[in-house]
Amino acid sequence: MKQTQNSSNFDLNKLTDVLASMSGRGRTMLLPALHAAQGIYGWLAEPVAAEIGRQLKVPLADVFGVIEFYSMFYSRPVARNIARVCGDPSCSIAGGARALENACDHLSVALDEISADGEWMLERAPCLGLCEHAPAALVGDRAVGAINPDKTSEWLSVHGDRAGSVVGGDIRVLTRNCGNGAPTSLNGYRDGGGYSALTMALKEFSPEEVISEIKASGLVGRGGAAFPTGVKWEGAANAFGESKYVVCNADESEPGTFKDRVLMEEDPHQLLEGFILAGYAIGARRGYIYVRGEYVRAVEILTEAMGAGYDAGLIGGDIAGSGFDFDVEIRVGAGAYICGEETALFESIEGKRGFPRIKPPFPTTYGLFGMPTVVNNVETLCNVPLIINQGSDGFRKYGTEESPGPKLFCVSGDVVRPGLYEVSFGVTLRHILENLAGGVAGGELGAVLLGGAAGAFVTRDDLDVPLTFEDLRLANLPLGSGVLMVFRDGREIRQVLEGLAHFFADESCGKCYPCQLGTQRQHEILQRATVGQSMPGDREKLCDVGWTMTDASLCGLGQTAATAVLSALELWPDVLRGNDGPV
Amino acid sequence: MSDTITLSIDGQEITVSAGSTLLQAAQSASADVPTICYHDHCTSYGLCRICVVEVKGQRVLSPACVAEAQSGMEVETRSARVERSRKTILEMLDSAVDLSEAPEVLEQLSDYGADRERFAGGWKRSPDVIDDNPMFVRDYSQCVMCWRCVQVCAEDAQYAFAINFSGRGFETSINTFYEQSLPASSCVFCGQCVGVCPTGALKPKREWLLELGRTPDEILRMTRTERRKKKRRQERAYQTGNSSMGEKGNVSG
Repeated sequence: MKQTQNSSNFDLNKLTDVLASMSGRGRTMLLPALHAAQGIYGWLAEPVAAEIGRQLKVPLADVFGVIEFYSMFYSRPVARNIARVCGDPSCSIAGGARALENACDHLSVALDEISADGEWMLERAPCLGLCEHAPAALVGDRAVGAINPDKTSEWLSVHGDRAGSVVGGDIRVLTRNCGNGAPTSLNGYRDGGGYSALTMALKEFSPEEVISEIKASGLVGRGGAAFPTGVKWEGAANAFGESKYVVCNADESEPGTFKDRVLMEEDPHQLLEGFILAGYAIGARRGYIYVRGEYVRAVEILTEAMGAGYDAGLIGGDIAGSGFDFDVEIRVGAGAYICGEETALFESIEGKRGFPRIKPPFPTTYGLFGMPTVVNNVETLCNVPLIINQGSDGFRKYGTEESPGPKLFCVSGDVVRPGLYEVSFGVTLRHILENLAGGVAGGELGAVLLGGAAGAFVTRDDLDVPLTFEDLRLANLPLGSGVLMVFRDGREIRQVLEGLAHFFADESCGKCYPCQLGTQRQHEILQRATVGQSMPGDREKLCDVGWTMTDASLCGLGQTAATAVLSALELWPDVLRGNDGPV
Repeated sequence: MSDTITLSIDGQEITVSAGSTLLQAAQSASADVPTICYHDHCTSYGLCRICVVEVKGQRVLSPACVAEAQSGMEVETRSARVERSRKTILEMLDSAVDLSEAPEVLEQLSDYGADRERFAGGWKRSPDVIDDNPMFVRDYSQCVMCWRCVQVCAEDAQYAFAINFSGRGFETSINTFYEQSLPASSCVFCGQCVGVCPTGALKPKREWLLELGRTPDEILRMTRTERRKKKRRQERAYQTGNSSMGEKGNVSG
């Protein structure tokens, strides 16, 4: 647990050992160094930050800029314990908002304020990726689920962790080793045929053949952008660069998304196998797995799995006697949704503020450290061993011609059985909602937020649309990261919209004007909507702000920060109300 | 590869050298594309998005200052989408920042028929003026976050790295290491940041004092005091055999 200290009391010697192993690598070690220092001192005081800057040769103003960017780094003293309660829709409607209010009362503190005894600090957190355990919180390093909003001292002091994942579905391909309440060990994974794709590919396939197989499979990215994976790999493989990198985007932060967390926590070797195969295919010798800072358990499990992989000769030099060398490094984020944007993620690994870069150039030619880079989502990489083992034909047995393969859906909110469900592309929303998740809990269906905070609302009229890229494109709906956030009839939609707007205003990096200014103004307009104080013209303002962010923002965050709001305005034209009725 | 490319800007065929940005192409077609953050001598990061144009076939608008002109492109510099984005960005900026000393932006507000009251009442950035050195004052209530000062302080010119950002999103601001004063920072007082600031956010201290109604005599006295202090510091340092030429806060630019 963290210790509060006076700024006069910093024994910088404690940092020496930590920095000794990092200083040779320079700025890229900035986030790891800040994490380590905060682990020692509890927060990042000026002399500590200055020492880190000196050792890593980073200008001091830049060190401060980085600390200030990430919400989990503190440039001011903090309490001994920090409890972060998820404030996003699934948790909020399940009592998260009340839990936070009650906890503030209980401890007599405002948000972000240190309690009088220095013990506690409460924060409203962005989605913690624990939506199936709503309402959820991160107490210190411990993720707790299903907290009782009215029993603060109970959930603040509970020992042990949240319940295991709820995993189900029509098929269990990617999730075959998930849902057992414990991570699958290296031996367990191997017993089920694990790492056979890697050893076979290294022995029998050239890198080009691996890429052809991935291309033939029709696999597209599962993080939200749905870019063809094989094409991406081919681009990086053919690009010129003295070194190449693969990066696994495990910065899963889209509200309502928790699939990557389950995959990492319960079957870490499946991800590692796909990751190493990606490295082999493009000719990389080093890869980074960037995990969001809130996923403490996933980091622990992945780190242990990686160690086992090194020990077994599956990672490192001359993998399985093939002559292929590949090192894996796990990087931990520090509270910034924007770092899930691929170029912002590179900046973060490079030790900078997570500002997205202008594209082009694209990562395949100019990515991490300016080198050709492939960046793939966790779920995407987990498909790779399957494709190599079963061949592209085997993979195409799942799904449709245009949307082949298995797909994970994260179901949360007002359903009987929130959880992670694996299906083939092509099933309907109704199937997942009614047959797998047990139907709407507590009433009739009001709406489903499809695709996450950056997604769109659908109603019961859309329940029979098959979940494929082609069908959703026709219906003008996003698949996003596979989120189904369910709201029963009677849920206050304005409150949900305000929550989403709060999220984007908090998470905007501030680089480009449309998003920096628009997420703030969007939030303000929706704040007054929640109390029925909408003003004439608010609807037009929301549309102009929304379309400006969509059309003119620099990156995908800004371009989708209004998608859900705009879809709500279309579905429910009277949603904004002032004193004299709808505006 | 040919050295020139031909594209259409607002229906006009135009030939420009390969590698030109859409902003350069638009300028050679005499199409007026407004900019805020762009500066000829700074790296373009495409921040303000006021220069966005519509390129046929592209999902979103393109920032003209960084987007490269490609052969056969059909570009609209004042389509309805472009106008809506520019007008909304200007209205939002106007509601967030004091633009009274940003004549170019004020002109854009009128060009695009911006409603200056539209987002009134929203959160406005209005930090106090920072007067911590004899050379210039910092009034970040006028800062439009164009980044130019940070850029010239770093790799775009001076390599002093005295300033960077703090906060994020709407609350992003320009700051020194732990908000220390400029004399305590690695600032070399080269003045380049003041030179590239498009608003009144960075202003020579004498200009500021004049505006506050101080007389030239008063101003001289006030800044002379500062110079004397500096001289005394240097003399003390020389006496102790320790040259202070590199001392932080010295005027060297």
